[in-house]
Amino acid sequence: MTVREADKRVLQTPFHSRTSALCETNLWSPWKAYTVVDCYSVLTNEYFAIRNATAVFDLTPMTKYRITGKDGLAYLDKLMTRKMGKLSPGRVMYSVWCNDLGHVLDDGTVFHLKENHWRLCSQERHLDWLLATAMGFDVDIDDETDDVTGLAVQGPTSCQTLKTMNLQGVENLKPFQLKYFPFDGTELMVSRTGFTGDLGYELWIAPAHAETLWDALFAAGKPYGILPIGTHALDIVRIEAGFIQAGVDFVPALEVVRAGRGRSPFELGLDWLVQFDKPVFNGRKALLEEKEKGSRYRFVRLDVEGNKPANESFIYNGKKEIVGHVTSATWSPSAKMNIALASLDMPWGRTDDEIYTEVYYNRELQWNRLMARCRVVGGAFFDPPRRRKTPPLNY
Amino acid sequence: MKKYDAIVIGAGHNGLTNAAYLAKAGLDVLVLEKNPYIGGATVSRSLYEGWTYSNCSYVCSLFRPEIYRDLELARYGLQIIPYEGGITFMKNGDYFGNYADDERHHREIARHSKRDANAYHRYTADVSRQTRLIRPFMMRTPPDPTSFKPRDVMELIYIIKTYWDLGEEILYDTIRFWTMSVGDFLDEYFESSIIKAHLAGAGIIGTALGVYSPGTAYVLLHHYMGDVDGTIGAWGFARGGMGSIAKALADAFQSFGGEIKVDAGVDKILVSNGRVKGVVLENGDEYHANTVVSNLDPKRTFLKIMEEKDLPADVVKKAKNFKIRGSSGKLNISLDGMPSFYAIPKDHELLKADFHFIDSMERMERAYDDWKNGTWSKDPYLDTLIPTQVDPTMAPPGKHMMTIFVQYCPPKVEGKDWTDEQRDAFGKTVIDQISEYSPDFKDLILHAEIRTPREMENEVGLTEGNIFHGELTMDQLLFNRPFPGYAQYRGPVKGMYMSGSGTHPGGGVMGAPGANSAKEILRDLRRKNTVPEAFSDE
Repeated sequence: MTVREADKRVLQTPFHSRTSALCETNLWSPWKAYTVVDCYSVLTNEYFAIRNATAVFDLTPMTKYRITGKDGLAYLDKLMTRKMGKLSPGRVMYSVWCNDLGHVLDDGTVFHLKENHWRLCSQERHLDWLLATAMGFDVDIDDETDDVTGLAVQGPTSCQTLKTMNLQGVENLKPFQLKYFPFDGTELMVSRTGFTGDLGYELWIAPAHAETLWDALFAAGKPYGILPIGTHALDIVRIEAGFIQAGVDFVPALEVVRAGRGRSPFELGLDWLVQFDKPVFNGRKALLEEKEKGSRYRFVRLDVEGNKPANESFIYNGKKEIVGHVTSATWSPSAKMNIALASLDMPWGRTDDEIYTEVYYNRELQWNRLMARCRVVGGAFFDPPRRRKTPPLNY
Repeated sequence: MKKYDAIVIGAGHNGLTNAAYLAKAGLDVLVLEKNPYIGGATVSRSLYEGWTYSNCSYVCSLFRPEIYRDLELARYGLQIIPYEGGITFMKNGDYFGNYADDERHHREIARHSKRDANAYHRYTADVSRQTRLIRPFMMRTPPDPTSFKPRDVMELIYIIKTYWDLGEEILYDTIRFWTMSVGDFLDEYFESSIIKAHLAGAGIIGTALGVYSPGTAYVLLHHYMGDVDGTIGAWGFARGGMGSIAKALADAFQSFGGEIKVDAGVDKILVSNGRVKGVVLENGDEYHANTVVSNLDPKRTFLKIMEEKDLPADVVKKAKNFKIRGSSGKLNISLDGMPSFYAIPKDHELLKADFHFIDSMERMERAYDDWKNGTWSKDPYLDTLIPTQVDPTMAPPGKHMMTIFVQYCPPKVEGKDWTDEQRDAFGKTVIDQISEYSPDFKDLILHAEIRTPREMENEVGLTEGNIFHGELTMDQLLFNRPFPGYAQYRGPVKGMYMSGSGTHPGGGVMGAPGANSAKEILRDLRRKNTVPEAFSDE
């Protein structure tokens, strides 16, 4: 019996012919509708492609919405906690959006592509909520996940790779800026965005041109150490950058069943994205109230003593009471620190608090446990200056 | 005149580490460097436009992650990128590839010997057991076994306990391991000569001994005891060359208020009434401090920059007898492109790590015979890498930089000083050997820096060009390094200390001697310790 393509458990991205040819390990995982590579060959090589050269990651499964219409900006202003007024065409903005309880539905990026034309990229699907919020606005919203495909091109030599691909002027793109380039008889959109906390770009194109784009990119990147990377390497760098992920570091509000599982932007350390100096936005009332009364949780970045990653650990205070848990953890090969993201009960997680993670580790089939002191860190664990510099240095 | 709290002589990685920890404790520290640039043997220089060389040390594994993290060297731009692969080319046109992945590695050894492929697991477990024993001692001051001070007694008990915990069998193995030759050791595991040749290199690098000389098994261990991001035995490139390590250490040191003076070669350590009072430079300038740390090797420290009359006769004698024989040379080459090799497809991933052109231990022993006869090896053991396949910063795109470590190369040729013609002939020997395996290598050479022990002694200050500041044999390790009775970083004169690779735990870009020494100095000065504890392997 053959299964029809559309009925398959997982779909193949438009880059599949290329990614599958390079995937030596045959390690794949589902990401939304698609199957994507976890690790092509050697994890450390993929990790260091991001931090040392040029790394390419297939972004196809990312949820994408097309928002068009003359009320688009006003609409986005109501949807997002962050003021969208400054988002002129050619710019990208990162924000979160909340339900009426002030709990985060997701975080994502809004691309102002052209006059009255935006794209919203997110981890989760939100069409129902997006349409509900659209009532009264002259906007059209459509899921374009399968109509646009993307590659993240990240790392210190990524700009040189793109220049070699003949994308003229790409070096002048500032962080969170986007630009269109003619490519393969169509338009290639390039934005200086990414999920790595490093110098990097994202390339967006119609699926029909996917393979041509891949081939051109890899031909250009050869002298610059280009390598495809899977989800495992990306996960390490996003933790190093301190970026949170829906479904990992917080439960998207739409899926919350149990009391207390939702998180407000304040409770995810995203205070800077909530801008009360606009009169109306989803969740404003609840967030204002939380700001006055205080939050239930605090999200922190931790420098964990020792060298054993604190995955899935509880966090204790000095009296050995559980005061939270780790949501993501890894050894950081670039910061050379043992790092973790964690959600703590208020008031824990203040700079001078004495807190510990309970780390479990296995050595030759024997489990051990230790209490590792944690230090709360402000900002990204690894934050190279090249991330912001325009035009970027050559490496 | 301004008086410093401490002066560190030599801006190599250990001197800078030492200085950083002293400055972090609040001391006013001055580092003096004879060259116009810092780094010592941990240096990156550009000698051909567009290319950067790691002129001396060229790869990194031993550098202590505790220091890296504690001094926040990542913030100062240091990136260590692990590499994997490695290949030994064979006379018969075949090769052995050293994959990191277990199964690929097994498949590759099995091509040469199925039994060896399986024996490799026993070999790894045995070597791992030995590295686990030694690693905890890297960031600790060795005890003095003749002392009854509680601290020394406790440390001895700690060592004994560490061994005891591993079971009595390990004691037999350890004593054999520390004294036997790498050749005998490998013969106990493998039958295939190519496998043995590939593994034996780590037992002779930087050492004036042959693969069948007792003591070389430990040298192999010394090359296995480091790690990159927790992978024990892994090696990596410092992005931008090894000088990036010195630069990051210098930045950290300066962030604590430290001061570095280059072009400031020290002529003598000033001693009066049995204690140090500062240094006088070759240009006559004097700098004063009650603590003076020498990061130079023991011979240079005690026989060049100290007066014999200021030292106990015993120390002068020990310094004179200290074993620090030069055994290696180095070539750094700018290449117009990636060379191809007859044995494997172009740009093969195995080439991203170390490659070698000597396929039997017998050939290695013959190479050592040449050294004993006072000349460079005519068929040398090369440890060759092309870091620019990974690091985009050291050569223009598509171009490459090659580093070649050459074993053996004597400090003098048949008892006489090297001439430039001999140096070039030495370089030619090396280039000719590689050309036997690569059709286009010679044509791709744009520039070559050829360094014999003469250049390493004159430029870097390594006596006889010995890269480890003294040989890594049992008589010069642990509480015997550099000399019995002086292994706790304190010199024979009050206020004088040592921080270089000539002290425990020895050579390699490790930082541990500098850090351990800082800990002892701060202890004597009754300052709060700033040196971090070692991570546990458990």
